[in-house]
Amino acid sequence: MAHRSVIPFGPQHPVLPEPLHLDLVIEDDRVLEAIPQIGFVHRGLEKLTEKRDMHQFGYIAERICGICAVGHSCGYASACERMLDIEVPGRVQYIRTILHELSRIHSHLLWLGLLADAFGFEALFYRSWTLREQILKIFESTCGGRVILSINEIGGLKHDIEDSELAGIVQTLDAMRPDYEALVHTFLDDNSCGERLHGVGVISKKDALNLSMVGPFGRASGVDYDVRMFGDGAYAGLAAFEPIVATDGDCYARCQVRCAEVTQAMDIIKELVGKIPHDGIGGRTKLTPADGARGEVVIEQPRGEAYYYVRGNGTKNLDRFRVRTPTSQNLAGLTHALQGVLLANVPMIILTIDPCISCTER
Amino acid sequence: MDHKMSRSPWVIHYDGSSCNGCDIEVLASLTPLFDAERFGVVNTGNPKHADIFLVTGSVNAQNLPVVRQIYNQMLEPKCVVACGICACSGGVFRDAYNVIGGVDRAIPVDVYAPGCAIRPETVIDAIVEACGILDQKETVMRAGGDPLTVGGAATWDGGVELGEDGFVAAAGAGAGVDAGTADGAPAGKPAAPAAAKEAE
Repeated sequence: MAHRSVIPFGPQHPVLPEPLHLDLVIEDDRVLEAIPQIGFVHRGLEKLTEKRDMHQFGYIAERICGICAVGHSCGYASACERMLDIEVPGRVQYIRTILHELSRIHSHLLWLGLLADAFGFEALFYRSWTLREQILKIFESTCGGRVILSINEIGGLKHDIEDSELAGIVQTLDAMRPDYEALVHTFLDDNSCGERLHGVGVISKKDALNLSMVGPFGRASGVDYDVRMFGDGAYAGLAAFEPIVATDGDCYARCQVRCAEVTQAMDIIKELVGKIPHDGIGGRTKLTPADGARGEVVIEQPRGEAYYYVRGNGTKNLDRFRVRTPTSQNLAGLTHALQGVLLANVPMIILTIDPCISCTER
Repeated sequence: MDHKMSRSPWVIHYDGSSCNGCDIEVLASLTPLFDAERFGVVNTGNPKHADIFLVTGSVNAQNLPVVRQIYNQMLEPKCVVACGICACSGGVFRDAYNVIGGVDRAIPVDVYAPGCAIRPETVIDAIVEACGILDQKETVMRAGGDPLTVGGAATWDGGVELGEDGFVAAAGAGAGVDAGTADGAPAGKPAAPAAAKEAE
């Protein structure tokens, strides 16, 4: 006889470092429905624009999320620059993009580690995180911080990253490659990893489009969409850019897409470092936004498309700051992917969307 | 035989309303480069197994009961480490409308470990400090004493209480730390902080 019950998942659960609560309606050990409940990390920082001025708020924007910190601060700074009609030097765009791509590598390696941890492969988790430390070491030596870099100002950068340091970054990445390839080989070809990932939590391309899924989660289901392909800012300098897409839509495909994106990010950094212009690093602007001036920016975060909106009111404080983060888009896909799966696969599926709760709730 | 809790402290981690920066650093401190595991530190997901509670991020009305519940489920002797400046005082989000304050608004904190984000070295330092407090608590308990007379619990002011609607009384929110430590009586809070907020 089928027995129906509700199991609470989270907010404190070992698979995720973040608090996400789901009510899982199950019949025997199949999930019928997953009802997410959020609000554990809500701080209300969009409203803080009333108390912090435009420049101070850059630090708050960076702390929307500690994993996507670089992306958030670049997104906020560029949205403000559009609002103020400032053209930043090419070098600023290139350095921002290089740091952003580095943070994509660190974020994906972090995710790969958590994935290995979720299916009980502790050694692989440690290998991924040890590799990730090399990226953090780059951050620490070029910017001072390991996760929060605070290098962006509205109108430029706080300090330059010298050409010799940039060459060092490329060297580190090249040295990482063999280790990284061995890691990917284990994730994609090892039997025990494949068994856990193949055919789990499948989402078709049609569903992915209907649910507006973004980022690697959507691309694993065949959605050919990556904000970087529009060639904004430094991405215009790339010879070619193709979004990485897989078609299976299962956990394995999501792992595949992220693995390939790390290599792609390494290539992008190498290409950008070779082409970086020397036209100064700008600096903090002294302008104040006009009443009603608006700026909007869309960037590709490690987890997908993120949208930034700022509106001025003639004072140094912004009238409105709004960000739409990738995980808020992907939560619908998450609940869809959880329908009909075995209870034992739930942590794995939640993890493969790479949820970032503190981005989502702010 | 010489019993010592500190030889293998098991930790449990909960993300209050942190930005993830401290969470990944807490996890990074357990991975091979920093390797807190060499001190016998094991990360567990079960509050009943844990000796040290690592909390990151500030507390709000939604997660305050969760933090309290995890704390209450842990067995004595236990230690609480507030990881990162948000957990210590609310940090940059202190003025945000949904932030009540540091973790000491919910539970007694034994070790305050600052940083934004907290560095793995600081995490390990804080865990080692917490181990000392664990040992003290254990000694007190073996002598038949009360573990709450040791560490942060001895001087804790009680934090904030949530009303029946699940929220903190309006005026107390956001200014909890000042009022709490100044007069030590949660009931005495309302008037002054409210006025200060109006003035802003």
